[in-house]
Amino acid sequence: MRYLVFASRNSKEMIRDPLNLSFGIGFPLILLLLLSAIQSNIPVNLFEIDRLVPGIAVFGLSFLALFSAILISKDRTTSFLMRLFASPLKAADYILGYTLPLIPMAFAQSGICYIAAFLLGLKVSVHVLTAILVLLPAALLFIAIGLLCGSIFNDKQVGGICGALLTNVSAWLSGTWFDLSLVGGGFKTAAYVLPFAHAVDAGRAALSGHYERIMPHLVWVIGYAAVLFVIAVLVFRKKMSSDAV
Amino acid sequence: MNAIETMGLTKTYGAKTAVDSLDLAIEEGELFALLGVNGAGKTTTIKMLCCLTKPGAGDAKILGSSVTENPGAVKEKINVSPQETAVARNLTVRENLEMIAGIYGNDRKVSGEKADAMIKTFSLEEVRNSKAKTLSGGMQRRVSIAMALISDPKILFLDEPTLGLDVLARRELWTTIRKLKGRITVILTTHYMEEAEALSDRIGIMAKGRLIKTGTAAELMAATETKTLEDAFIALASEEEAAV
Repeated sequence: MRYLVFASRNSKEMIRDPLNLSFGIGFPLILLLLLSAIQSNIPVNLFEIDRLVPGIAVFGLSFLALFSAILISKDRTTSFLMRLFASPLKAADYILGYTLPLIPMAFAQSGICYIAAFLLGLKVSVHVLTAILVLLPAALLFIAIGLLCGSIFNDKQVGGICGALLTNVSAWLSGTWFDLSLVGGGFKTAAYVLPFAHAVDAGRAALSGHYERIMPHLVWVIGYAAVLFVIAVLVFRKKMSSDAV
Repeated sequence: MNAIETMGLTKTYGAKTAVDSLDLAIEEGELFALLGVNGAGKTTTIKMLCCLTKPGAGDAKILGSSVTENPGAVKEKINVSPQETAVARNLTVRENLEMIAGIYGNDRKVSGEKADAMIKTFSLEEVRNSKAKTLSGGMQRRVSIAMALISDPKILFLDEPTLGLDVLARRELWTTIRKLKGRITVILTTHYMEEAEALSDRIGIMAKGRLIKTGTAAELMAATETKTLEDAFIALASEEEAAV
């Protein structure tokens, strides 16, 4: 159960970082409020709350990658991992220790997002619970990206890659801000080759009660999450046994 | 009994030999200082002995366990305080100590008791509930060493423990390290001559990846017919430089 001790430490490190809280929870909430305010002042249905909130929930999860990547890269650069690599912790303890704390954080983050959406007029229904559960593969996808980036890059590089690049790519190519069909062509094709738009569409299908539409989208997210997790674990294990922690 | 025994321990990075055929024996309870300039191979040696880096050739026995064949057994017997402070920055001093105790297999109750004992031993009462990131460099080093000791290691590796500290913090840390003498085996790397002389039972001088001489400070000075350890070190290191 050593991994639980390590997971507890990682949880505290992330929760006690005010930047994590403000970006992870505050930023998606601000966007939700802002876009809802825009919607109330325009004649077209661009940011309807039941289409907007599944996208914002996925966007919020992209910050999980940033949290975990920064934590891991800082652990590497401050020799904290070197200290732990000299301990009896095994590779699985590290992977679980870095992954587990982020799962309840993902649910909490999504939960807060949906509570805010209720206040903005989203209908309370059992489908909301399904929509939150459907986010789990997306959460694992972003956690895997964080584990991978944290194992490879230093904290400054991670800030650029996960903080700027990933959050933007996952936002613009997710269909959250605008209907991807409006752009169409190669942009839409590229968006649906990546997992982010599928994660949003799976959430929208769940929220609208069209459960039969969930899996065709979710399978993409699960596939990406599984592949990236395997790569992340392999890279982390390689780092563990390499000379440069 | 020897706590550490190395047999032809070697590490190369490409064409560069970081540690070259190191043969060394350190007795249990001894405080042994590895002295050398930057790039002499001290940290690489520590990394190999802590199973953080695999030797390219040779082996080392840590209380009878091989670093190449049984690293798991080695890791149960040792702990390390790395060159950087390596503390969990957003955790309090007590939480840092409890965490390491837990990672080494202690339950929550025992971890708490051990953390309290370390807080007392290292005079950390005033900062026990302070986050590690708010502490001074000297205090962080003290916490780092306490974290390394909370697992009750038989052998403790201190890699440049006073690097970057002011003179007062350094002297305070020396007092802490002196208290460990005789209780456990301590391997200390440093490039401060006065530190090696003040703390260690024996000193090993490394240059260009090689262990060129071991002995007490007095023995090293006698062997080189010098009056200070610094002069002895310069004489030995220069001799090695000339040979290479």
